[in-house]
Amino acid sequence: MDSAVQTINNLTIGFTSQKGKQISILKNISTTIKKGETVGIVGESGSGKSTLALAMMGYVKHGLYTISGECLFHSNNLLEMKNKDLENIRGRKIAMIPQNAGQSLTPNLKIGYQIDEALKLHTDLKKEERDKKISELLNKVRLPSPEIMAQRYPHELSGGQQQRVAVAMALAGNPELLLLDEPTTGLDVTTQAHVLELLNFIAKDTGTSMVYVSHDLGAIAQVSDRVIVMYSGEIVLDGPVRSILKNPIHPYTFGLLKSIPKLTSPGLPDSMSGSQPQPGTIKTGCSFYERCNLAEDNCKNNSPTLEYIDDLNTSVRCFKYKELINVKETNLDTVKSINNDVLQNEILDISKVSISYAKQKFIDQLLNKIDDSNPTVKDINININKGETLALVGESGSGKSTILKSIAGLLKTKDGMIMFDKDKVLSNDLKMRDPGFLRAIQLIFQNPDESLNPNHTVEEIVSQPLRLYFGLKGDELKQKIIEVLEKVRLGEFYLTRYPRQLSGGEKQRVAVARAFAAKPDIILCDEVTSALDVSVQAAVLNLLQELKEDFGTTYIFVSHDLAVVRAISDRVAVLYQGRLCEIGPSKNVYQLPSHPYTEVLLGAVLEPDPDVKPKLVAEDIVEEKPPEKGCSFQGRCPRILGDICKNEVPPWQIGENGNSIRCHIKVEDLKKQQNIN
Amino acid sequence: MLLLVLKRILLGFITLFIVSLITFSGVEVLPGDACTTYLEREAYGAALEACYERLGLNTPAHERYISWAAGVLQGDFGYSLSGEMRINDVLGPRVKNSMVLASASILIGIPIALLLGIITALWRDKLPDIIISTITIFSMTIPEFISATLLILIVAIWLEWLPGIVIVPTGVSISELLPNIILPVIAISMIMTAHMARMVRSSVIQVMASDYVQMAILKGVPYWKMVFKHVLPNALLPAINVVALTIAWLLGGVVVTEVVFNYPGLGRLVIESISNRDLPVVQALAIILASIYVSINLIADLMTLMLNPRLKSLQIKK
Repeated sequence: MDSAVQTINNLTIGFTSQKGKQISILKNISTTIKKGETVGIVGESGSGKSTLALAMMGYVKHGLYTISGECLFHSNNLLEMKNKDLENIRGRKIAMIPQNAGQSLTPNLKIGYQIDEALKLHTDLKKEERDKKISELLNKVRLPSPEIMAQRYPHELSGGQQQRVAVAMALAGNPELLLLDEPTTGLDVTTQAHVLELLNFIAKDTGTSMVYVSHDLGAIAQVSDRVIVMYSGEIVLDGPVRSILKNPIHPYTFGLLKSIPKLTSPGLPDSMSGSQPQPGTIKTGCSFYERCNLAEDNCKNNSPTLEYIDDLNTSVRCFKYKELINVKETNLDTVKSINNDVLQNEILDISKVSISYAKQKFIDQLLNKIDDSNPTVKDINININKGETLALVGESGSGKSTILKSIAGLLKTKDGMIMFDKDKVLSNDLKMRDPGFLRAIQLIFQNPDESLNPNHTVEEIVSQPLRLYFGLKGDELKQKIIEVLEKVRLGEFYLTRYPRQLSGGEKQRVAVARAFAAKPDIILCDEVTSALDVSVQAAVLNLLQELKEDFGTTYIFVSHDLAVVRAISDRVAVLYQGRLCEIGPSKNVYQLPSHPYTEVLLGAVLEPDPDVKPKLVAEDIVEEKPPEKGCSFQGRCPRILGDICKNEVPPWQIGENGNSIRCHIKVEDLKKQQNIN
Repeated sequence: MLLLVLKRILLGFITLFIVSLITFSGVEVLPGDACTTYLEREAYGAALEACYERLGLNTPAHERYISWAAGVLQGDFGYSLSGEMRINDVLGPRVKNSMVLASASILIGIPIALLLGIITALWRDKLPDIIISTITIFSMTIPEFISATLLILIVAIWLEWLPGIVIVPTGVSISELLPNIILPVIAISMIMTAHMARMVRSSVIQVMASDYVQMAILKGVPYWKMVFKHVLPNALLPAINVVALTIAWLLGGVVVTEVVFNYPGLGRLVIESISNRDLPVVQALAIILASIYVSINLIADLMTLMLNPRLKSLQIKK
C-alpha cells in the first residue's frame, strides 16, 4: 500500500478583482501524491498549474489567497502553517526546482554558498562535511570539476548547468517531495533530454516523489507515472501516463495531443480553435465548452464533475468521455501534409556569407571592414526557390537568427553576397537598400509581446506597412486593413484593440498580418511559435501555410523545434556554431544516414509517448566559440575520426536521399554506423 | 579593469573640457562684458580702455581661453571682479561650507532613506508602508522654500530653539557653523530622503518579486536572512548611482535652501555671482560643479562595477 505524501482537498485559490469580485485561479482541486510516485501536471499557460505546484509548498503568490480547501503534507495543512514551521518543511521535506534556474539563483551569491545555505538550514553537518557534500551533490548532477563550480557565480554557468545547480540545491535537504516547475523549458533539446534523464535517475536513486509541472507533453511523457491535465484552473483528466497519452478520454487532451507536431507523422497537425477562457469569465457549464467538438446544450448549462472510471483507473471531467474511449490512437494522426508549389525560380541566393559580431577596431570602422578570422557565422551557401519553405534548425548559438537578421539587413555581413530575385544584390547596409527590397522581405519575430508596440492599436500596427509601401490613405487604407485582418481570421472588431487586450495567438496573428500587409515575396519567421501554447501553435502554423498557398510567399523559418520544422518545411538546413552541417529536403534530412549533429538532435527530440525514449548520443557541452579550424562539430561529435576532423573543414557529400552532408565520414560508413545504433 | 578606469577618467576630462568651452563661449556671446558690468555708467572712453587693459580683455578670445584654461589646470581661477579678490580665496570657504552641509545631510539622510525604503517595501501595502509613503509623498511635493520657511517659523521664531538664518561670516570654523546647519539639513533631508526612500522601496519590491527570492523562500531560508543575503545586496546596487547624484546635487544644487537660510555655500555663490555678473567666478563655479558631478559619478560607476559580480567578470573578460 502506497502511503500518501501529499493530499490536496478541494483547494480553491483566487484573487479579488478590481471590481471586488472573487475570481478563482484554481477550482476545487483534489488529488494525492503517493510515495515514490512521479506525477506530471500538464496544461497551457493560465491553467493554474504553477499556482498548484506552489501551493503544494504552502506558498501563495502576492495578491492571491486561499479561498477554501487544504494542502496536507502527511497530515499538516501547509496553507495554515506559520512561516516558522514552513521554513522547516521547505527545502528539507519539500523542495522546488524552478522554471528558470538562471533567474532563480541569487546573482550576487556563489553557487557553493547557495547550496551550502540549504545544507546549513536542513542538516546538522559541520563545515568540512558540508563542503564535501557540496562536491558530492554537484557530482551527482554531473557537473564537471565541482570544486571550481562551487566558486562560480550563477551567470558564469550555461543554462543547462544552472538547471543542474538548482537540482543539486533541491537535493541538499534530502526531500521527500520534489516539485519541478517547467524545469526544462528554455533549454536546448539536447540539454533538455539530458536533464530529464538526470531527473529520472534521481527519482529512481532516491525514491523521492516528484511533481513535474510542464506544458510540454513530450517531457511529461518521459518522466511521469501519472498525469494530471489542467484546464482553466480545474483538473479535467487524471490517470496513468500511458492511458492519458495514448487514449485520452477528455476532448481537451485529445485535441492537445492532436495539435502537437510529431516527427513520426510529418505534416501540419490539427489545430484547436479558440483559446483558454480568462479566469472569472465562465459562469455556468463546462469550461471547455467553447472549444469542444463534442459539446451539446447540457455542457453549456451544467458543469461536469470529476468522475472516476474504475477500469481505466482514470478520473475525467466530461459528460461525453464515453465517445472517446474507443477512439484508437491511430485516429490521432489526422495530419495534413504540406504541398507547396515550388517554382524552379531562385528568389534568394545566399553565397559564401560570413557574419561577425566582433567589435570593430577604430581603424577598421573607418575603412568599413570587419577583421575576424573566426566569425560567428561562416561560409553559408543556400539557394531558395520561389514558393519554398526553408527551415534553419540548430540549438541556441547556432547562428540561425543571425543569418535571418542579415537577410533582413539588420546585421552587416562580413563576406559574401545575398542576391534577391536572381540578379539584384541586397546591400549590406539597410539604408542603401531599395525600398522595394525592404518591402519584399518581411520579418515576424518570436515574441509578439515585444514586437508589437503596446501603445498602438491593431489598426495602427497593420496600417504602417500599407502607408509606407503603398501610400494608402483614408477609407482605402481602412478597407485594406480589414481585408488583411480577415486574412489572418481577425475581424474588424479588432481594429481598436491594443496588443495587451489580445491573447498570445491573436497577437501573433496581428504580427503575421503586419508582415503580409506589405505583400512580401519572402517572410522571415524567427521562432514564431516558440512563445505560444501548443494548441495555438498549431493554429498559427496552419494559418502560415494557408497564407503561403494563397500568396505563393517564400518562407525562411527558423526554429529549434525539430518537429515543428518537420511539419512546415520543404527543405531543412542544419546549423551548428554558425556553420552548415547538412541541408536537403526535409523528409530526407530527418532520415538516417545524416550528419552526426543531426543525428544527435533527432535523438534528443521528445515525443509525447512514454514508450519512445530519447537517444542521448553526445554530451551537452556548451561551446562558446566555434573552433578555429576543422569541423565545427568536432567538440561534441560522437563519431569523431581524429586529427582530420580537427584540422580540415569537412567536404560536402551528397547523401543517398539527395541531402548534402558536410562530414569527413563517408556516407556509406555513416549509414552503417547509424544503423547499428 | 585599470584600462577601464583610465578610459573613464579620460572621458571625464573631455566632458570638463567641453563644459569649459561652453561656459567660456557663453560668457563671450552675452552682450556686455566684465568691464561694462563693473564700470556701469562710466563704461566709456579711457576708463573702459584702462579696464580692458587691466583685465587683459583686449586679446582675442581664444588666447584668453588658453591662458585661462592653463591657469585652471594649475588650480588658479584668476581674479573675481567685484572684490578683485583671488577666486580661490572666494571659493575655498564656500566649498568647505557646502561640504559640511552635504556631509551632514548625507550622514543623516541616507541611512534614514534606506531604512524607510526597506521598511515600506517589506511591509508593502500594510500600515507602516501607508503611513511612511504618505509622509514621503508630502515632503517630496512641498517645495523646499515653503518647508524651509515653515521650519524657520516654527523652530526659530515660535519655539526659539535654533537660529533662523545663518549670520556667521563665510570663513567661520566648523564647530561654530554646526548649530546653524541643523535647520538647512532638515529642510534638505526631507526632500532627499523622500526621493531616495521611494527609489529604494521600488527597487526592493522588484527584487522581492524576483524568482530567486521566491526560490530562497521555498528553500526554507528564514525571512530576515533572506532579506539581508538575497534581497538587499541586489536591491541596493542601483541605489549607488542615485546616492551619487544626490551628493553632487547637495554640493551645488541646493540653491533655494541656501538662499532661504542665508547659508554661505556654493549654491548661493552661483546666484550671487550671476546677479553681480561676476563672470570669472561663474566660469570657475561651472568648472568646479561639473568636476564634482563627473568625479562622483565615476566613483559610483566603479563601485557598482566592483559590487556586481556579473559586471565585474564581464569587464575582466574583455
